[in-house]
Amino acid sequence: MSPVLAGVLQLIALIAALALAYRPLGDYMAAVYSSPKHLRIEKFIYRCIGANADTEMRWPAYLRGILAFSLAGVLFLYVIQRLQGHLPLSLGFASISPDQAFNTAASFVTNTNWQSYSGEQAMGHVVQTGGLAVQNFVSAATGMAVAVALVRGFARSRTGELGNFWADLVRSTIRILVPLAVLAAIVLVACGAIQNFSGIHGVGQFFGGSQQTNGGAVASQEAIKELGTNGGGYFNANSAHPFENPNAFTNLFEIFLILVIPFALTRTFGKLVGNVKQGYAILAAMVTIWLGFTVLMMWSEFAHGGSALQAAGAAMEGKETRFGIGSSAIFSVATTLTSTGAVDSFHSSFTAFGGGIQLLSMMLGEIAPGGVGSGIYGMLVMAVIAVFIAGLMVGRTPEYLGKKISTREIKLAACYILITPALVLLFTAVSMVLPDALGSMLNTKAQGAAPHGFSEILYAYTSGANNNGSAFAGLNANTPWYNITIGLATLLGRFLPMVFVLALAGSLAEQKPIPETAGTLRTEKPLFAGLLVGTILIITGLTYFPALALGPLAEGLS
Amino acid sequence: MTAPVKPEESGPMSTATPTRAPQQDVPSGQQPGDGRVGGGLFDPKQLVKSLPDAIRKLDPRVMIKSPVMFVVEVGSVLTTIFAFKTPSEWFGWAIAAWLWLTVVFANLAEAVAEGRGKAQADTLRKAKTDTVARRLNGTDEEQVPGTELRIGDLVVCEAGDIIPGDGDVVEGVASVDESAITGESAPVIRESGGDRCAVTGGTKVLSDRIVIKITTKPGETFIDRMINLVEGAARQKTPNEIALNILLASLTIVFLLAVVTLQPFAIYAGAEQSMIVLLALLVCLIPTTIGALLSAIGIAGMDRLVQRNVLAMSGRAVEAAGDVSTLLLDKTGTITYGNRQASEFVAVQGVTEAEVAEAAQLSSLADETPEGRSIVVLAKDKYELPERHQEDLTGAEWVPFTAQTRMSGVDVDGRKVRKGATGSVIAWVLDRGGDVAEDAQRLTEEISQAGGTPLLVALEDERGPRVLGVIHLKDVVKEGMRERFDELRKMGIKTVMITGDNPLTAKAIAEEAGVDDFLAEATPEDKMALIKREQAGGKLVAMTGDGTNDAPALAQADVGVAMNTGTSAAKEAGNMVDLDSNPTKLIEIVEIGKQLLITRGALTTFSIANDVAKYFAIIPAMFAVAYPGLDTLNIMRLHSSQSAILSAIIFNALIIIALVPLALKGVQYRPVSADKMLRRNLAVYGLGGLIAPFIGIKLIDMLITLIPGIG
Repeated sequence: MSPVLAGVLQLIALIAALALAYRPLGDYMAAVYSSPKHLRIEKFIYRCIGANADTEMRWPAYLRGILAFSLAGVLFLYVIQRLQGHLPLSLGFASISPDQAFNTAASFVTNTNWQSYSGEQAMGHVVQTGGLAVQNFVSAATGMAVAVALVRGFARSRTGELGNFWADLVRSTIRILVPLAVLAAIVLVACGAIQNFSGIHGVGQFFGGSQQTNGGAVASQEAIKELGTNGGGYFNANSAHPFENPNAFTNLFEIFLILVIPFALTRTFGKLVGNVKQGYAILAAMVTIWLGFTVLMMWSEFAHGGSALQAAGAAMEGKETRFGIGSSAIFSVATTLTSTGAVDSFHSSFTAFGGGIQLLSMMLGEIAPGGVGSGIYGMLVMAVIAVFIAGLMVGRTPEYLGKKISTREIKLAACYILITPALVLLFTAVSMVLPDALGSMLNTKAQGAAPHGFSEILYAYTSGANNNGSAFAGLNANTPWYNITIGLATLLGRFLPMVFVLALAGSLAEQKPIPETAGTLRTEKPLFAGLLVGTILIITGLTYFPALALGPLAEGLS
Repeated sequence: MTAPVKPEESGPMSTATPTRAPQQDVPSGQQPGDGRVGGGLFDPKQLVKSLPDAIRKLDPRVMIKSPVMFVVEVGSVLTTIFAFKTPSEWFGWAIAAWLWLTVVFANLAEAVAEGRGKAQADTLRKAKTDTVARRLNGTDEEQVPGTELRIGDLVVCEAGDIIPGDGDVVEGVASVDESAITGESAPVIRESGGDRCAVTGGTKVLSDRIVIKITTKPGETFIDRMINLVEGAARQKTPNEIALNILLASLTIVFLLAVVTLQPFAIYAGAEQSMIVLLALLVCLIPTTIGALLSAIGIAGMDRLVQRNVLAMSGRAVEAAGDVSTLLLDKTGTITYGNRQASEFVAVQGVTEAEVAEAAQLSSLADETPEGRSIVVLAKDKYELPERHQEDLTGAEWVPFTAQTRMSGVDVDGRKVRKGATGSVIAWVLDRGGDVAEDAQRLTEEISQAGGTPLLVALEDERGPRVLGVIHLKDVVKEGMRERFDELRKMGIKTVMITGDNPLTAKAIAEEAGVDDFLAEATPEDKMALIKREQAGGKLVAMTGDGTNDAPALAQADVGVAMNTGTSAAKEAGNMVDLDSNPTKLIEIVEIGKQLLITRGALTTFSIANDVAKYFAIIPAMFAVAYPGLDTLNIMRLHSSQSAILSAIIFNALIIIALVPLALKGVQYRPVSADKMLRRNLAVYGLGGLIAPFIGIKLIDMLITLIPGIG
């Protein structure tokens, strides 16, 4: 079988699996968020944290819950990293430096999982499993809570109440993420991923010398790493490491895990607003972008432009022979179009256009399908913008899902779309003039690789501010400058948009609903899905066009 | 049917625009649908006339109101300064000049839109000459300037006097010439009490004497407000316009960031850019097209209403009109011609229709009511009876209609003919010992059930008194109303007919006219309850009204259009006044509101879509030197980097001027469903916006290269 055909078949298998899971998972999640009952274990958790899970919260209260919870998460992660040298089960690793500890804490709490450390050489069991893996669950659950709050904003009227953050957080974790992660971990273990608490072994190599191998609770972390669109690997090599991702099947399975919740949330959204077709329109926009980018990526990698790659015969540098070009291309698009950032191949080694697609995927705001929760709320904000422009063209004050999009809503949506471009462009620009920051590049101007070096830095901040967490590789990001600025980018890029999303949700929930008439813009139609895609590509795409021109485009067109 | 308007009849309201479209009662099918809410013609000469105003608007304190154009102005200033630094470089000067032109073009668009209103305001001011009022002080009269009148003062006006202020007639009746305000030269009757008591300052009493109670402070009169409105002095940004401005401002910030951060990237790439080029890129990217035209679109929208003799007290109301989903329409005058008309003669058994027609005609010759006249006309037109006149019949004894007898008729040549209300005529026949045909009762009931009004015709001659037949009087629905309501339905607007008729009659007319719903035997309270019910369901309601008892409902409705003939209470309560007092105009107001929003949306889409092509012109021009591969992006094959950037800037400026007529006239509007409308507008303004600049920039580039020294 030709590699291209194999890639296409893998893509088809993936789509089939996602389609099968879409309805049951989406409906199940809708039921979870609308159920009035608490499980016994949930009641126990609420008692422990002293939360009343039955009170309705308005948006400021909901936001306060998120910020307080996340701040506690950052502090806890920071402290256990700083104290690692004194903790048991630390495998003998020393405490982490302050800037790196801040970066890692911020990164995991924001669902980014940018790693400026190398897992097997820095983090012991306590930090990995007791700190980072816990955040893999709860940071994802936080994103889902915000998404549900926004959906309730559309679904509810004349109230302003958005549900209860603690209930949404705990239910997302206990009823959705944990069971799915357990299932996924069992599959991974069955297919060869490791799951133990063994220490570090030196293994003699065939040609002499010795290699260090770590044991650890890898499969369990791998499952939630993909399922919660986290991306922080147990090992530095991430999903390219055979202990994390042993074979071609697990590779495809991990891609499935990355995409399954974000896509299914469109069904949950449709269910909760009482019209599944509205969810399908959002799904259609997401699939159009995702499939389009995947096909482009496969084309770029299989065509392997560039003289070196042409001479080599294939774009295999940085890709695992276990997975091949097709599967690696699908993985890299899935991971950058969601807020995952796990990698099964080295993004820096992709063709220039391939690297450009990865960058653009993140720059779109990771909304197709995006991170768990963050994908759908990001997409809904873009839908608000699209509705505003298009709604005017049908001669009415724009409305979406029966809610008027007027000054306040547009103000909040406009602030939302400003944040990540501002963070990405400003941090990158400053880094491009700081000699120290430039010194971290692997590919430099002096080597005649100015565009690629620029892409390294652009990629780092794009990944951080959009909470992706994947690295272009090459850039040495473990310096105080990058640790601190990328850490800040992850925090601001995560929580500022949440402020605007929740305020928007509150504003929508207070409105009275407008009945649908023939004069209403039909947002469940293919035309609207197309318009949404166009709005996203033009508004966010144009923002980054000059930067992309100087990075991947300059490299690819040379 | 649009009658040609003679200049002297069209009055002051139309001086600025030669194409005021006076709306007759009939919303005709003859007018092409899309031309209905078209605006005035755009005269290129207006551009030249408005130039001084446009220059005056360069004041940064004025410019800051439009954030997008303010950024362009700052860019122009900076570019000019940089051009001064290297005076020998033609490129800097060319960019600076075109950036300034971009700003001036934007101001020009606004100035032209305002200019039309100013001309109207000037003619209105002429009407507002300082008048001397004859104020009543007890029984004495004193002469005071009109500006000293207070609310509650009583003033006297006699034939030839200009009414000194807005008020209600409290004594007397007079004919008043209101052409100064409405442009309508036929005088109107104003009388104390009832719904025709309001008079407007600046209008002229033509006959008789009236006493007026002043209801408005000087300076706040109707004519003052009108002047403010058409001049744009009272113009405030509408909610939707504010929201759009916010979106445009945020896009401007995004693109500002993209350009500001580009320089460090460019320096690293070894392709440092001059400030002039960066400013040119910025101006190309920010949404200048819509930013430049936004306020002109708003002013022109109000202006389109003024051209139709509708005064909107706020822009908010115009926008709300576009959102309306329920229209309350009064039956009489809006859906039907005000009066019932005879539609057929039905004979009882043994009598021919012609006999009924003849008797009906005879009995109605002296009946000057519209119903009576319509009987005569029907007899002539449908039954081809020869015309007869009252004076032809000598010795006839005419029996006039009275409220007691509820009959009219004539005694002539030994025949007694009567027509009138069923009960009265039957009583008349029975009294005289005649008999009533068995089927007479059935016929009248049938007519009643069909929503009509039956009038019995009876005759007493040598054969004795007997009933001949029935005249079917019915409300005649105006032509083209059904089509209009079908269009409204397509737009998602529900129509509700309001009538004082009984439910049976109302139902029949509602079905004939094709309205969605009706409210029969409507009291003002019912109307109010209906509006509140619709609003509770999230709908926006529009209605017209003229009486004082309409005032609460007018105030409650989202769009309340008061008739100018109505009471001042009604005019005060509504948020629009129709000077023509034509209730059908409500439909046009809705269309104008929609058109205003569509124009904004279409030009925003166009403006944003334009950016794609500009990138393909400018990015290769900036970086193809450092990275020759990027020349691949120069898909337009523009001549040189300088010509490429200049062409993009010139296109950006010229497109503003090119779109001024569209902004003033409004995007073509057809009443179709939202889906179809979106598809069409997306194709024209979205796809068109993507493609047009590729062609435009290429053409400009080809022209530029013809200039010696550049090519």
